[in-house]
Amino acid sequence: MAQRTRTERADRIRHLLETEGEAIHAHASASNARRYETYGATDDLEALRTEARSIKEDAIGRLPDLIETVREAVEANGGTVYLADDAADANAYVADVVESRTDANGTTEDGDTPSVVKSKSMTTEEIDLNEGLETEGIAVTETDLGEWVLQVADDTPSHIVGPAMHISRPEIADLFNERFDPDEPFETAEELTRFARDHLGEHIREADVGITGANFVVADSGTITLITNEGNARKCAVTPDTHVAIAGVEKLIPTLSDLEPFVDIIAKSATGQPISQYVTMLSPPTDSPTLDFDSPDEPITGDDDGAADGSGAADGTGDPDREFHLVLLDNGRMNMREDDQLRETLYCIRCGACSNSCANFQSVGGHGFGGETYSGGIATGWEAGVHGQESAAEFNDLCTGCSRCVDACPVKIDIPWINTVVRDRVNRSGESESYDFLVDGLTPDEETGGIDLGKRFFGNIGTVAKAASATAPVSNWLADVGPVRRLLERTLGIDHRRDLPSFQRESLVDWFEGRGGFATSKRRAAEPRVQRGGAAVSSRRAERAGTRDGDTGLDREVVLYPDVYTNYVDVDRGKAAVRTLEALGVPVRVPDLPESGRAALSQGMIATADRQASRLYAALAEDLDAGRDVVVIEPSDLAAVHREYERLLPEGSVERLRTNSYEICEYVYGLLENGADPSALSTGDGAEPVAYHSHCQQRTLDLEAPTVAVLERCGYAPETSSAECCGMAGSFGYKREYYELSMDVGERLASEVEGAETVVASGTSCGDQLETLLDREVPHPIELLAPGGYRA
Amino acid sequence: MTVDTVGRFERALEGLEVGLERVAAADATERIETIVAEPAVGSPLPFDGVSLPGEVTTEPTTAELEAARTGVTPVGFAIAEYGSVAVESTADGAEPISLYPERHVAVVAASDVVPDLSAGFDRLADGFDRGRDSVVFATGRSATADMGDLVHGVHGPGDVRVIVLEDR
Repeated sequence: MAQRTRTERADRIRHLLETEGEAIHAHASASNARRYETYGATDDLEALRTEARSIKEDAIGRLPDLIETVREAVEANGGTVYLADDAADANAYVADVVESRTDANGTTEDGDTPSVVKSKSMTTEEIDLNEGLETEGIAVTETDLGEWVLQVADDTPSHIVGPAMHISRPEIADLFNERFDPDEPFETAEELTRFARDHLGEHIREADVGITGANFVVADSGTITLITNEGNARKCAVTPDTHVAIAGVEKLIPTLSDLEPFVDIIAKSATGQPISQYVTMLSPPTDSPTLDFDSPDEPITGDDDGAADGSGAADGTGDPDREFHLVLLDNGRMNMREDDQLRETLYCIRCGACSNSCANFQSVGGHGFGGETYSGGIATGWEAGVHGQESAAEFNDLCTGCSRCVDACPVKIDIPWINTVVRDRVNRSGESESYDFLVDGLTPDEETGGIDLGKRFFGNIGTVAKAASATAPVSNWLADVGPVRRLLERTLGIDHRRDLPSFQRESLVDWFEGRGGFATSKRRAAEPRVQRGGAAVSSRRAERAGTRDGDTGLDREVVLYPDVYTNYVDVDRGKAAVRTLEALGVPVRVPDLPESGRAALSQGMIATADRQASRLYAALAEDLDAGRDVVVIEPSDLAAVHREYERLLPEGSVERLRTNSYEICEYVYGLLENGADPSALSTGDGAEPVAYHSHCQQRTLDLEAPTVAVLERCGYAPETSSAECCGMAGSFGYKREYYELSMDVGERLASEVEGAETVVASGTSCGDQLETLLDREVPHPIELLAPGGYRA
Repeated sequence: MTVDTVGRFERALEGLEVGLERVAAADATERIETIVAEPAVGSPLPFDGVSLPGEVTTEPTTAELEAARTGVTPVGFAIAEYGSVAVESTADGAEPISLYPERHVAVVAASDVVPDLSAGFDRLADGFDRGRDSVVFATGRSATADMGDLVHGVHGPGDVRVIVLEDR
């Protein structure tokens, strides 16, 4: 498929925001909220997630063995296993099974063309089974209500779990009224559901073959597990005498006991229910009698003499009239298994939690944030694996790496990393662009040509910022001039509506050096301070300062990391951090340090990020050896060190960095807990309201709580935001094709906090986004807390 | 312990809007009779001294299954934690009888109510060892939100009642 141009993408996203955004947001955010609630009420959640992941790791590790095991088990039960290489292979096999139900004229016993009822299968979407069967003259009816709505509407799924989530009730009612022309027009969900039950019930009763997917397949017993709420999967599986289950090979798990954690967690992660209505575990062919509705007067148990006494066959051979086929689909999965970066995708249990927790998905849904079949965060891995990189490239940039899906995923898949890797691969497959020279001269990256210019620009933002700062305010003025904005939009894709960062002439590092560097900081940290609390406080402070080491045990030195934005753009928050640490008795160093690699990672430039990570570690090694603490203000840089560096640096280096680096408010919290005196800071009156937006990656690192605690200790009453993300994600919101989406996501956050007198945000991009939307100052919490406050 | 477990089962079912009645085996047939909406179909109850009421048709025809308003089945065990009942795929048709009619009446012995999912899986594994390897954990009523609002009784029953035989 041809890649869309920037303008086409922008148009497509605008269209989805207008047509599907509202319905998607209502459903996805509600599922997300229920997931939080259910996860919160589950005592052993982390243990459950860890166990589920380790079962998947093990199963994928020995997948070839499990395929043989399940073949033996299903055959021993009286069924058949077919391993299909690809879509065409699988479709042909299923068509053969259905056609074996017909005579030479292609008709079934009752003289009709054969019919199939289907339930619960994204895998059959992946292989376009319906089209495959219909070209063979086989009628297929979807029986999941959502899937059926899509079949009637001739539409495609927009969510892994709620495929018709993008269509509202009135739209479904209109569609059904037009198509089925009922005596009384349908209006309520109740009426629509009743109609569907009757209509689909008839199809199920008459079907020759029932096709289902499988959420899990237990290899050693040949047990197909279907997790549903409606009940139709059970009907499709047990009503017709032939059942075909189609599952990707990755659905195999070794034993029945391995099923338990998945049964326990899948509904929690998918819809926030404690458990789904029906967890169906079938080891077909089952003992359940087949139901022949064409012979209404035959007892359902009539064919199986002697079994009607309730004892059942229970011998593993099932009802003799039953036929069962398990189709295991490869379609690229065995190659994904060999791919160190994509392998994790195979652990996915298709719960859709990554979609629900994703701010961008909540706005555009799976038709924007998805490929040919799969949608949401994990779709990048699936599409790259089963349909190829081009399908993934279409939507890969909609993952901003915010990492909110990381805590949501029940099998702990590092979804943002998979997106970064695929972005890197997509980058390398592009053609060299004519403006390359423009960025080549400016950017010292490790990447070969052909990468989108905008990506190279943002991936090298540190170099850009340094140059812009050196030439400020001219660079700021220039950047605001119309022709320059148009050039930036044309060459780099920077939307002309977006406010650009204003670069400071004096960087944080220069300011710090100018005030005397570490020697001055050490002196200031040791100084007694006069506090607004009056003489008593100041003398207590003086006393404490004099005996600090013995009194509070604080004997720390901090290396404050000057990330690109703090160093060149938001210098004030850097100054506030320095003043705060000194006020709490901790001397600070602010050396000129290399970039963390965050910007490069965001653009999928892994080679650049790798080199930057090594440089940063080398630059900090001596400080780490000297026992200094590294304090980071920008959460996305801290997240690079704590999360992504394990992909880039040796284990020992990562561990040293991780153990000794802190987010600024987390560090302040530690100081206060260890006896530092909060009265040295700008404190509130005890209940001063503050609206606080943490930061996506900061929340994933569990660092929202320390900031909240510090604000509370200092006399504020923080209210935290619940929107998953501000939608900015640094470069994301600057790009022309995503500007409107970024605003849509940002509006949700802004509307949560707009009533508050004071709004603070931990991330630079969150702050920028909120300042634009609220049209007022949104400082970092450290600016609120610093002696003198942020308005000083 | 069993008493507590049944109590927990009852509370879980309350949250699912599923009624639970505790009865002695001797009274069970009569109690079932009062909650059965006719026509009714059922699969035989394997509890000593408990039989299905006369109006419940066993070995139903497909026409009777289709017309039935109530299906009565025994269940192998129940899981108190989630309010789930384990319906087995037996040759006497417990699976379709529990699924097709609008109302499902599930009969379980109090001694077969286990506390949590983990204990449920232990019971499941025992059953698998004996060849009972097709089981549905049914929890509450069939439901969907795909038509724009939550609706119960989609393809499966919209009304579920549980009878716990206390002296079994």
